[in-house]
Amino acid sequence: MNGLFFLIPIALGLGLAGLAAFFWAIRSQQFDDLDGAALRILIDDGPVAADKDQARLPPA
Amino acid sequence: MSAATATHPATSVFAVEGLRCAGCIAKLETGLAGVPGVAGARVNFTTRRVSITHDGAADAETLRSAIERLGFPAQPFLGSETTPQSDESRALMKALGVAGFAAVNIMLLSVSVWSGAQGVTRDLFHWLSALIALPAIAYSGRPFFASAWAALRHGRTNMDVPISIGVVLTAAISLFETIVGGEHAYFDGATMLLFFLLAGRFLDSAMRARASDSVAALLRQTAPGGHVVGKDGGTAWRAAAELAPGMRLLVAAGERFASDGVVETGSSSVDRALITGENVPVAVAPGGAVLAGTINLDAPLTVRVTAAEADTVIADIARMMADAGQMRSAYVRIADRAARLYAPAVHSLAALSFLGWWLAGAGWHDALMIAVAVLIITCPCALGLAVPVAQVVASGALMRAGVLIKDGAALERLASATAVFFDKTGTLTLGRPTPVGDLPLTPAEAGAALALAQASRHPLARALAAALAQAGTSAAAAADMAETAGLGVAARFDGVKARLGRTDWVGSAASGDTLLTAFRLGDGPVRLLAFHDALRPDAAAALARLHALGLEATMISGDRPAAVAAIAGQLGMASRAELQPGEKLALIEAAQAGGARILMVGDGLNDGPALQAAHVSMAPASASDVGKTAADLVFLGDRLLPVAQAVAAARRTMAVVRQNFALAIGYNVLAVPLAIAGQVTPLVAAIAMSGSSLIVIGNALRLRGCTR
Repeated sequence: MNGLFFLIPIALGLGLAGLAAFFWAIRSQQFDDLDGAALRILIDDGPVAADKDQARLPPA
Repeated sequence: MSAATATHPATSVFAVEGLRCAGCIAKLETGLAGVPGVAGARVNFTTRRVSITHDGAADAETLRSAIERLGFPAQPFLGSETTPQSDESRALMKALGVAGFAAVNIMLLSVSVWSGAQGVTRDLFHWLSALIALPAIAYSGRPFFASAWAALRHGRTNMDVPISIGVVLTAAISLFETIVGGEHAYFDGATMLLFFLLAGRFLDSAMRARASDSVAALLRQTAPGGHVVGKDGGTAWRAAAELAPGMRLLVAAGERFASDGVVETGSSSVDRALITGENVPVAVAPGGAVLAGTINLDAPLTVRVTAAEADTVIADIARMMADAGQMRSAYVRIADRAARLYAPAVHSLAALSFLGWWLAGAGWHDALMIAVAVLIITCPCALGLAVPVAQVVASGALMRAGVLIKDGAALERLASATAVFFDKTGTLTLGRPTPVGDLPLTPAEAGAALALAQASRHPLARALAAALAQAGTSAAAAADMAETAGLGVAARFDGVKARLGRTDWVGSAASGDTLLTAFRLGDGPVRLLAFHDALRPDAAAALARLHALGLEATMISGDRPAAVAAIAGQLGMASRAELQPGEKLALIEAAQAGGARILMVGDGLNDGPALQAAHVSMAPASASDVGKTAADLVFLGDRLLPVAQAVAAARRTMAVVRQNFALAIGYNVLAVPLAIAGQVTPLVAAIAMSGSSLIVIGNALRLRGCTR
């Protein structure tokens, strides 16, 4: 029985932490461009892909 | 938001076409970062927009041309970046998160109560539940409470009224039970109900979020400004809002006119597809009229402004569209129509069970608990999910078949359409010139013709270039390339002169048909190249399928009667020709006043008001921005069959929605007698509620193959 006094607040606290993380994600616009987020993982900042992209860039 | 004149950082938003992959995002963002004055650029791939943070050194025009140099056609986005729908979706997402958190944690406590927690433990768990549930209900219930209050204040009722009454009463009674140490509290039921309903509401809103304001998109079509010729002969860039009648504008080839006007000097041809829907360019000479939003194709023109900003033809069409849109918003969605019958029935049932038990001698407390059980068991949980889940599943299936839907209500309206009106150019036809038959060119001529065609922006030249490139031709090396406005392009190939352009200019006596062009290499024979705007390959099949679905097709076109009659005869459909945008609108309004429900399929700006006024509307993806935003559905690709498929799928969706209503009502028929008999405990309510929701969702999932 005494265990409840620790376990319930811990359970609720974890849940609230998850909820807070969700709100933070909404506020920092992480759900605004879901299609873009799926593609951005493919953008390689390394020199190999950058060279290929640079080659196609017309002079600015 | 557009032109930044100050030196402090500003943000400009551009709508960008042609974004397809991760490479495009990287190219645009890194490319723009290198432009002087730009602090940073961020692409939103979902909305196809890029927002650029920059200082005063970069104005809207510089940024736009910088984006176009990177290979993407762009227009300044004048609408607000956050639409009301996206704000609504975000609020619903937060409410859904809170309701989900509350429902899960309260259910955890409730399971212990159901498995036999007694005395102090039960009271403690009830208090904890109340502590979680009451703030959660106050927060997550707001969308329902606000909508129910708005309806009641106007003497109407909607689905949110029984929901709000049910949730508030349940929470109040459960709190009372908790205070007096009673056996049953329904906090789990109330939060679970909110969670399910918010899920339905969120799906519905997310579907609509992509549709942006059509009128804002329309005004985006006009140029943001133009180069005004000053008294001293110099030019200065002025925003469209600063233009006034009497000013003289210098419009370069390829530029959009920023206002209506009359040509003073120069001759060129104008792409008026935006206004008339016709893709054949119109020649203009001094004294000729030009309209804002159309494109100057060949040579620079000086234009005297006759109407600017709000007085232009395009602004007139925008106003017509705004007015026509109001009619459609009067449509009452099927869920709200069901609620008009459902809410009074449920409330009288609950009141009657209270009265019945009270008169039969039960205490007022017991009678009230039974009435609350009736309310919570009849709360339209499955009903609230029945429509949105079916529509979301169907719209996913349609998306895979190449049809995009903006709004769940569009599916309801599409299912009830009784007749269909088609625009001609770009809708029944492909909307771009394609060669008639094979091109009569030798390989050497083809290479030269491709080089010439690539040098011109004329639509026929572009069509020729596309056809030759597709045939695998590669362009020959040209020298002395020169374009003569309104006539054609000439160049030398290995010292041999070649010309591509108007038939009489090249040296042929053929008539001056605008869809005929000629080519000649050196002293060789003159080659006549004929183009036509071909029908979509499956137009006849699509019309036959629509006919089988009971929809009669009529063509309403702004084109010449002869061209319209030819296509109508070929497809065996009724037709009307030479219609102005306002006349198309009037035709649709007249038909709908006669009781018909019209599906309008069109693409151009000239179809905008008609698309907006029709019961439901579709546009091809090749349509102007205005056509696409005014339409409820957009279909991709060259085929017309998706129109018929969408109608069939919409009807199947509505059949499933009706089944779902029947399931939800059937569940009530079983559960309500139990509740009235006083046999429903919170455990039974929780099982019944999630059970019926799962059945409804499962039935809706059958729609995944609804386009076959």
